[in-house]
Amino acid sequence: MIPLSHYLALGAILFSISVVGIFLNRKNVVILLMSIELMLLAVNINFIAFSHYLQDVTGQIFVFFVLTVAAAESAIGLAIIIVLFRRRHTINVSDLDSLKG
Amino acid sequence: MTFEQLAFYFFASVAILAAAMVVTVRNPVRAALFLILTFFAVACIWMMLEAEFLAIVLILVYVGAVMVLFLFVVMMLDIDFDQLREGFAETLPIGATVAVLVLLQLVIVLTSGPFELEQVAAPVPAAADYGNTHQLGLLIYTYYVYPFELAAVMLVLAMIAAIVLTLRDRTGTRSQKPHEQTQVKRKDRVRLVKMNAEKKN
Repeated sequence: MIPLSHYLALGAILFSISVVGIFLNRKNVVILLMSIELMLLAVNINFIAFSHYLQDVTGQIFVFFVLTVAAAESAIGLAIIIVLFRRRHTINVSDLDSLKG
Repeated sequence: MTFEQLAFYFFASVAILAAAMVVTVRNPVRAALFLILTFFAVACIWMMLEAEFLAIVLILVYVGAVMVLFLFVVMMLDIDFDQLREGFAETLPIGATVAVLVLLQLVIVLTSGPFELEQVAAPVPAAADYGNTHQLGLLIYTYYVYPFELAAVMLVLAMIAAIVLTLRDRTGTRSQKPHEQTQVKRKDRVRLVKMNAEKKN
C-alpha cells in the first residue's frame, strides 16, 4: 500500500523542478511554457491522489477543467510566440522590452 | 515490496528524471520529447489511482495535441537556442535555492503525519465493473453542466484567439473576392464609347 503522502511528494517534487525550470530558462519562452505545463501537471497529481484516497470523483472533474484551461493557455501562448517571432525575429525575453517594464 | 509499490516508484522516478531533463536539456525539441515522457509516466500513475479516463485524456490531448503543437512551433521557429541559454549557470544557484526551499517546506508538511496510511487509509480497489468514465459523466452532465459548457466556450475562444493572432493578410495574391464580385454594377464593367460610323473606302 502506498500512502497518500508519497503521491503528494511526487507532486511537490515535480512542482519544484518546474520552479527551477522557470529560473533557469527565463530567456526562452518555449521552455517557460513547458515549465508551466509541468506545474499544472504536478497540481493535477495532487487532485487525483486526493480524489482517489477520499473516494470523491469531484477532484477528477477539477483536473478535467484544469486540463482544458492548460490546453487553451498553451495554444494561445504558442500563437503569441509565433506573432512575436514574426515581428521581432527573436523570442528572447530580455529583448522584449518595448513596454519599458 | 509489492508490485504496486514497485510500479509506483518506477513511474515516479521516470517522471522526475524526465521532468529534470525538460528544464536542463539544451535542445527545445528534446525538452518537448522529455515532457512527453513525463506525461506518459504520470498517466500511468493516474491509471494506478483509478482515474482511467483522465489518464487517457492526458495522453490523447496532451501528448497527441498540445505537445505536437509545441514541437511544431519549436521546429518552425528558426532560432539560435544557444543564445537563449546565456545566464543559465548564474541563475542556477538562486533557482535551486528557491526550489529546495519550496520542496523542503512541502515535504515537511506532507510527511508530518496527516497524510499517512493510518490517517488516510488506502481505499479498497474498485470492482471489475466500475466505470470511471461513467462516474465522471454522471457528475459532469448534472452538477457541473454549466462549468462544462463554459469550458467548451473557452476552448472555442482559445481557437478563435489563436487563429486571429496568427492570421495575416497577404497582399498581391490573386484570390477571388466573392463579396466584390456579387456587388458589381453594370457601369463598373461596361464602358460605352460614342464614335462616328466608319466610312466605306
